[in-house]
This record gives sequence, structure tokens and C-alpha cells, in this order.
Amino acid sequence: MTTAVDTTTYRDALREALREGLRRDPHVVILGEEVGRYGGAYGVTSGLLDEFGEDRVLDTPISEAGIVGAAVGAALAGLRPVVELMYVDFAALAMDQIVNQAAKARSMFGGQTGVPLVLRTQGGTGRSAGAQHSQSLEAWFLHTPGLRLYVPATVTDAHHLLLAALREPDPVVFVEHKALYTTRSDLGAHAPPPGVSVRRREGRDVTVVTYSRMLHRCLDAAQALAARGVEADVIDLRTLCPLDLEPVVASARRTGRVLIVTEDTLTGGVSAELAARVTELAFDWLEEPPMRLAGEDVPIPVAPALEEASVPTPLRIERAALRLLGRRA
Amino acid sequence: MTEPQEQDMLTIIDASGGCVRPDLVPDEETLARLYRAMRRARHFDERAVVLHRQGRMGVYPPFGGMEASQAGTALALTHDDWLLPTYRDTGAALTYGLPISQIVLYWRTSPHGWAMPEGLKVLPFYIPIATQYPHAVGCALAERMQGRRNVAMAYIGDGGSSEGDFHEALNFAGALDAPCVFVLQNNGWAISVPTTAQTRAVNLSRRAEGYGIPGVRVDGNDIVAVHHVTREAVERARAGGGPTLIETVTYRVKPHTVSDDPGRYRTEDLTREWLEKDPVTRLRTYLTTRGLWDDAREDALTRDITQEFEAAVEEADRFSEPTPSEIVDHVFATPTPQLTEQRAQLLEEYGA
Repeated sequence: MTTAVDTTTYRDALREALREGLRRDPHVVILGEEVGRYGGAYGVTSGLLDEFGEDRVLDTPISEAGIVGAAVGAALAGLRPVVELMYVDFAALAMDQIVNQAAKARSMFGGQTGVPLVLRTQGGTGRSAGAQHSQSLEAWFLHTPGLRLYVPATVTDAHHLLLAALREPDPVVFVEHKALYTTRSDLGAHAPPPGVSVRRREGRDVTVVTYSRMLHRCLDAAQALAARGVEADVIDLRTLCPLDLEPVVASARRTGRVLIVTEDTLTGGVSAELAARVTELAFDWLEEPPMRLAGEDVPIPVAPALEEASVPTPLRIERAALRLLGRRA
Repeated sequence: MTEPQEQDMLTIIDASGGCVRPDLVPDEETLARLYRAMRRARHFDERAVVLHRQGRMGVYPPFGGMEASQAGTALALTHDDWLLPTYRDTGAALTYGLPISQIVLYWRTSPHGWAMPEGLKVLPFYIPIATQYPHAVGCALAERMQGRRNVAMAYIGDGGSSEGDFHEALNFAGALDAPCVFVLQNNGWAISVPTTAQTRAVNLSRRAEGYGIPGVRVDGNDIVAVHHVTREAVERARAGGGPTLIETVTYRVKPHTVSDDPGRYRTEDLTREWLEKDPVTRLRTYLTTRGLWDDAREDALTRDITQEFEAAVEEADRFSEPTPSEIVDHVFATPTPQLTEQRAQLLEEYGA
């Protein structure tokens, strides 16, 4: 039995990774809105200003393009900046610096230098934050060559993937999930590197591919499915770039059925890319076309019941899996 | 009464080559250095247009007429300082020390022109507008955080000063006392749109007031004045005094790029007027009047810079053509599995 005392929150796991990064590498600096005195909008950087001082933990003006742009410049000049963008939705204000600058520098400088920048942000629903503070915009970054994209679902991954991001020579967009900050578990001493997908539950009947908060909903659904005699093979992608589809293809060859579950919107979303690749790589073994369950193509409503209706739920995941198996829900 | 354009503007050597502020004239060696830098920049600019016509260079944005503004600012830096030029600032980059062969390769679209020479703190020409301004803040903060007293100088045009990045960077730099020098070259035109149609502001240096930082307006065709105010700004930044905005008032006497025809949007009356204020001619007149320059020195200088340019083009010509599979090489330090597949596919289709 585990107790609260022994366990770590997703938030603490992130903070400890930042603390370790700041300690081991003098080039690491954190900058963003409210990251200093206030400790970050979701408390991730709490206490770091006191420990590392104003030269390493910088409160900036409310100026997303300015923050990301300054971080790109600082990275080119030898630092390893960690930017906190309060909401991934605000990336829209800094998209030019992210897409046209950070992502392109290595290529446009002929490989001479990269931008070792970690762009920490958080997305997703679950806090009734409304249409402009709840989106899952990872497809924007996935579509841009030059950006690594990490989407941790677990406490251990939150910690170890952030530490890995702090060693990356290229820009990493690190998308946390706002509904996960208070989740708890034991913090594992190790985790696989970025670009390695992990099976979180083993099953022979249907392959479920997911990442970030949807992993937990898929695992809940898998438990309900097990009660109906259906065993789901649940795979957590962990990072979307680099993307590791080998375990997905291996699983698809066994199950013949693939359900892709994402919180981002369906049309032009991550699930479309995954479905296309799974089809290309595993077509001969598939009994059915890959099925996608994703966020509805709507602005996220603020009313909690409507917000919940706009993204996949455990019950809808369970029903989708049963449909894919040709069974009645 | 002075024209609004000329209000609050420092001039040391006026358009006729006369000195209006003898107290601010530097020593003879500096004057010679300033003159040489302008001539060298002009030579490059004129030859680059010819190379383009010969099909030996791609689209090129000339800076002719702005030599004082570019060379005068760049010469205020040391090689420990950062230079962030826009596409029109080839003159600043080559004055700072970027090799001419490299610049030719860059405008020839060769990947060999992309990487900057090791140890030279100049970033590749910024083609998007104003994005370099926040970068300069970051470069400057990085220098300070690493305990070095170096500055970052970034260029922009009057058109670029309408962008959000310009304003965010000035505010950011002011708030964090970043050791930056922001050079705003007001050359009268954002491609075809005159400055007067872009903003109601007449004196763009006064935008600095909104961010609590010093703003300076200088005759951008007077390299002596440009150099003077830039040195002051660089020294202030180095000493911890924070950023400065410098507006150099100049004119784009050339087209926007070699593929632009300014006849479509402007008459040449104003251009002729500005040619009368030419930065190279005015300093040469001043130097000649003082007995510091003559035809023999001019000829020797012309020979030097011509030889330097020709040797640089020969060097650029020696670089090989790139191959298609190279396009995936520098997306990441370590390629993703998907990119590795794409590279193999390109090799199969195009060969090595």
C-alpha cells in the first residue's frame, strides 16, 4: 500500500527536475510570467527564485513573443533557457518566434548551432478554464519540423522527460496537462528516454494508443473493458517527436484493431497522423480501419458538463473499443 | 524653420561636407577608418547587383545610400559584442567582420553561406521583420548572466518598428536593463509604403520614451555623427546603463530588392534630393578639405577593395553545389526515425 507521504505529485516531479537542472547546469535559466515570486500559475516553479536568485529565475513582462524571442536569443548566446508559457493557448502570441525562429535556427545556420530551449506549457480541459485556456494544440507543434514534442502522462515521466528535455540540443515543446498537476504516484528512479513508447497495460484484443491525460482515461476504460472480458493493450506514446510507433505496430499485428485516443480536436489533429501511419505500417494485419476518438471540433465550453462533453471520457473510450470489436456497448 | 524630419537630429558633418560640430570630430585615424568602411560597403553593394544580373547571386536587397548608418554603427562594436542584422544590413555585417565570400554564398542561396564563421558573434541576416529584436534582448541578457560586459546590437527599419516584436523587445529590454543597442534605420520606405503612411509619429526615436529608455536621433548619412551616438550607446549599455534606441535618418535611394521597380510607387525627385546628401561624398569632401584625403589615396583604396572583393567571389565559387538529401541533415542534432526514412527516400530518388 502506498501512502500520500511516500508519493509525489506531477507538479512536484516537474519542480524537482527543474531544481536538478538548475543545480547541475549553470546555463539553465527560467523565464516567464509569474515564475518568480508567485511560483508559476500552477505552482511548478514555487521556491526556485529563493534558491537560485533573480539571475536564474526571471519574472518577465506579459509579453509572450518577447519572452520566447529573448529565450531564443539567450539560447543562441550560450544559455539553456526554460520558458514557462502559462497556457499553451498563449503560444499563439509567440508562434512566430517558436515556428519561424526556434524551430528553424539549426537548419538555417547550416547545423552550426541549435536552440536548446525548453518551452514548458500546459494544456487541456478539466478546470473549466474556457475556450481560450483549455485547448490541446500539440498538432501545431507536431506539424513544425525542428521541434521536439514531449507530452508526459505520469509523475515519473513528468520528471524524467523534463530532465531529458534539459539535455536536448534542440527546442523542446513540453506540454503538461493542467488536470494532472495534483495526481500522485511514486516517482520512479528511471524512465525510458524520449522517443520510446511504453505499454501501460497488456491485452490481446484491442490496441489503444494515447498520451498525456488521456492515458489515465484509457486505463480506466481498459479496466471497465476487462470486466466485460475485453483485454486492451494500452500504449503511451510519451513523446510525439520523436515518435516511436514500433510497439504500436507490434501490438496491432497481434490485435488487428487499433483505437487512437487524443484530447486534441479530431480534424487535422494528432490522431489523423497516427491513423495514417498505423495504416501504412500495419495495413495487412488490421481487421478494421484504425478508429479515432478525439476532442470534438468545437471551442471548449466553460460549463463543466459541456467541457466534459467536448473530449473523450472513459465511458466513451470503452464504447468505442467495443464498437471496434463489433460488440454492443 | 527646419523640416520635421530634421528636428532634434545630431549632425556633425553636413551634406555639403562642412563641419557643424568641431567639438565632436574624432581623430584622423578614426575618420579614415569610417571612410574606408563606407567605401568598402558601397563597393560590395554595387558589385552585388552586378553579380545578380550575371545570375551569380540570388535576390539581393541593396543598401546603397545607407552606408553611414550601417558602417558607423557596426564600427562601434568589438568582436565580443553581438550583431543582429536584417536582410538590408549587409553593409553592417561586412563592416563588423563577416567575410565577403560568406555573404556572397548566403545571397547565392548556398547552404555554405548559412553557418557563421566560428567565434564571430553575428547572426544570419533576418528575413522576417523585427524578430531579431527580442533575440537581441536574449543575447544581451545571456552575456550579462555569464558575467561578461558585452552588448547586443540589432537593426530594424522604419517599417519594422510597426511590428509587435519591436515594442515588446524595447519594453522587455528596458524592464530588465538589457545591454542592447537598437538601431532603427529610418530610410523612408517600407517597400512601397512611405513612413508617413505607416505611422503618425514623425520622430521615431521618441518611441523610446514609452519604454523608459533613451532615444537618440541622428543624421543617418553622417557617419561621424552616427558613430558618435552609437559609441555613447554602446558604452552606456556596457556600463550597465541599459538599452538605447537610435534612429538614423537616412533614405533608401535604391530599390527594395533587385527585383523591385520603385518607379511604380515613387517619383525620383526625392531620391535625387537625398543623393545630394550622399554619405560617402560628404565625408570625402570633408577629408579633402582638411587635407586628409586625395586622389592617390582614393585610387589605392579602390584597388584594395576591388581586389578583396574579387578574391572573395573566387573563394565563394569554389564551394560545391548542395545535394537534395542534405535537406534533412540539420533539422535536429539527432534525426528522428521518420526523418531518417525520408533521407533514405531522397537518396534513392536523387542520389548522393
